[in-house]
Amino acid sequence: MQHRVLWQKAIVEEIIDETPRTKSFRLRIDDRPPFRSGQHYDVRLTAPDGYQAQRSYSIASAPESEGVIDLTIEIIESGEVSPFFHQVVKVGDEIKMRGPIGGPFTWTSDTGGPLLLLAGGSGVVPLMSMLRHRSAAGSSVRTALIYSARTTVDVIYRDELGNFESEDTEVRSTITLTREDDAGWTGERGRVSTRLIDDALAFLKTTNAKVFVCGPDGFVEAAAELALAAGVPFQSIKTERFGPSGT
Amino acid sequence: MATRGFFGLRRPEPPREIPPGQYFETGFPTLTAGPTPRVDTDTWSFSITRAKSPLATWTWDQMMELPQEKITVDLHCVTKWSKLDSEWKGISFDTLLEAVGEVTEEYVMIGSYGGYTTNLPLDDVTDGKAWLAFEFEGEPLERNHGGPARFLVPHLYLWKSAKWVNSIELMDQDAPGFWEASGYHMRGDPWREERYWGD
Ligand SMILES: Cc1cc2nc3c(=O)[nH]c(=O)nc-3n(C[C@H](O)[C@H](O)[C@H](O)COP(=O)(O)OP(=O)(O)OC[C@H]3O[C@@H](n4cnc5c(N)ncnc54)[C@H](O)[C@@H]3O)c2cc1C
Repeated sequence: MQHRVLWQKAIVEEIIDETPRTKSFRLRIDDRPPFRSGQHYDVRLTAPDGYQAQRSYSIASAPESEGVIDLTIEIIESGEVSPFFHQVVKVGDEIKMRGPIGGPFTWTSDTGGPLLLLAGGSGVVPLMSMLRHRSAAGSSVRTALIYSARTTVDVIYRDELGNFESEDTEVRSTITLTREDDAGWTGERGRVSTRLIDDALAFLKTTNAKVFVCGPDGFVEAAAELALAAGVPFQSIKTERFGPSGT
Repeated sequence: MATRGFFGLRRPEPPREIPPGQYFETGFPTLTAGPTPRVDTDTWSFSITRAKSPLATWTWDQMMELPQEKITVDLHCVTKWSKLDSEWKGISFDTLLEAVGEVTEEYVMIGSYGGYTTNLPLDDVTDGKAWLAFEFEGEPLERNHGGPARFLVPHLYLWKSAKWVNSIELMDQDAPGFWEASGYHMRGDPWREERYWGD
C-alpha cells in the first residue's frame, strides 16, 4: 500500500481566467497517478540560485480526466507563489509537482453520501473536484453545496455549478455573498448560518451527512461549529484549511 | 533545474536556517482534520496505557501539580510553514513516564479527544524531547491550537504534536496513526524532509 510520492514534471497546457482573482491551470503529467477528489499536489518552484518555495494546491478536476490535473489558484497579492502563477506562468512552462497527497479529506462515489459541502472562497476547489467526480461517475448521491464568496464576480465555477443543479434534482447549490452591494443579486447574502445549514440538511433529509468544509481558517472553524450544532456527528465532518485571511 | 521566471520573494528572511522546503511564518496557522473539540478541564483526564489499559491516569488538577518547564522551540508544519522561538509551558514526558515504572516498549501512539492519533518511536519523546503543553506565549493554550493541553514534539513535523491529547499507548511495534495511515511519513523529521511515504 505504501508508495513514494515523487517529484514529477508537469507541463502547463491551458490557463483559464475564472474570476478577477482566480485562474485555473491545466497541467499535463506523464503517467499521472490515480487520485481521489479532495487530495492536493505540492508544487515546487526553484530560483536560478537554487532557492526553492513549495506550496500545496488542491486538485479541482475530476479523477476521470486522464493525464491532467487542474489547479485553481487565488492570488494573494503579497504572496510568493500565487502571484508567480498569476503573473509569470505561461502555457508550455514546466512546473515540478508531487502528489496526490491527503487521505481523510477525500470522497469517492462508492463511499456514498449524502454529501454536505461547505466552501469559503477558494475552498470550493477540492469540493468542485468532488462535484465533478460525482457527475462523471454518474453518481446519484444527494448533494448540497453552500458556497460563501465575497461578491458575484468572485464566484468561481458559477456556470458549471448552475448546470450541476439544473441538470440533476439530487444536487442543490447555494451561493451566499458576504460583500455584494448590487441590489440585483437575488440569492443569499451574509455568512454561512444555522438557517442555511438547516435548509441544506432538510434537502438531504438527514443530519447524518458526510460533511466536507474547506476554506480559510476562520471560515472552516465557524462552518464546522455550525454543522456540529445542527446535529451532524463529529466524526462525519472533515476539514481542510487553506491558511489565514477570510471571505 | 530552475523554474522559468521564478526568483522568489524570500521574505521575511528567517533569522537562521529553517528545514528544506519550509518558509518562515510569523503568525500561527492552524491545521486540523475535523472540527475543534470542546474539552473541559473539569472532566479532562490523561492516561498512559499498555494494551489499552491505564498504567497511570491524571485529572487536570493532578497534572498541574507536576513539575512544569518553560521551553522555547521552533515549530515546523508539513504544510510548509516554520515558526521560530515559540514559548511554551508544559510537563516533560519524562516526568509522566516516571509514574509507570519500567518501559520495555519502543513505540508510542498518542491519542486525542476527537479521535486523532499519531505514532512515534519512544526515543523521540524521551530525554527532554517532548512535553504535555498547556501554555503558549504566557497564555492558556487556545482551543484551536489544542487547548487545554496538546503534545509537543518540536523536533518533528507538527502533526506529531497532537492537539487535545488524552492518552499515550505504549506499543511493542510501530503502527500508523491518523495521517501516517494516509501517506504521511512514519517519523516526520523536518530536517530530512520526511513529509510523505518513502521520503
Ligand atoms: C492542503 C492545502 C490546499 C490548498 N489548496 C489551495 C487551492 O486549491 N487554491 C489556492 O488558491 N490556495 C490553496 N492553498 C493555499 C496555498 O497553499 C498558499 O498558501 C497560497 O496560495 C498563498 O501562497 P503564496 O506563496 O502566494 O503566499 P505566502 O508568500 O505564502 O504568503 C503571503 C502572506 O499571505 C498569507 N497567506 C498565506 N496563505 C494565505 C491564504 N490562503 N489566504 C490569505 N492569506 C494567506 C501569509 O500568512 C503571508 O502573510 C492550499 C493550502 C493547503 C494547506
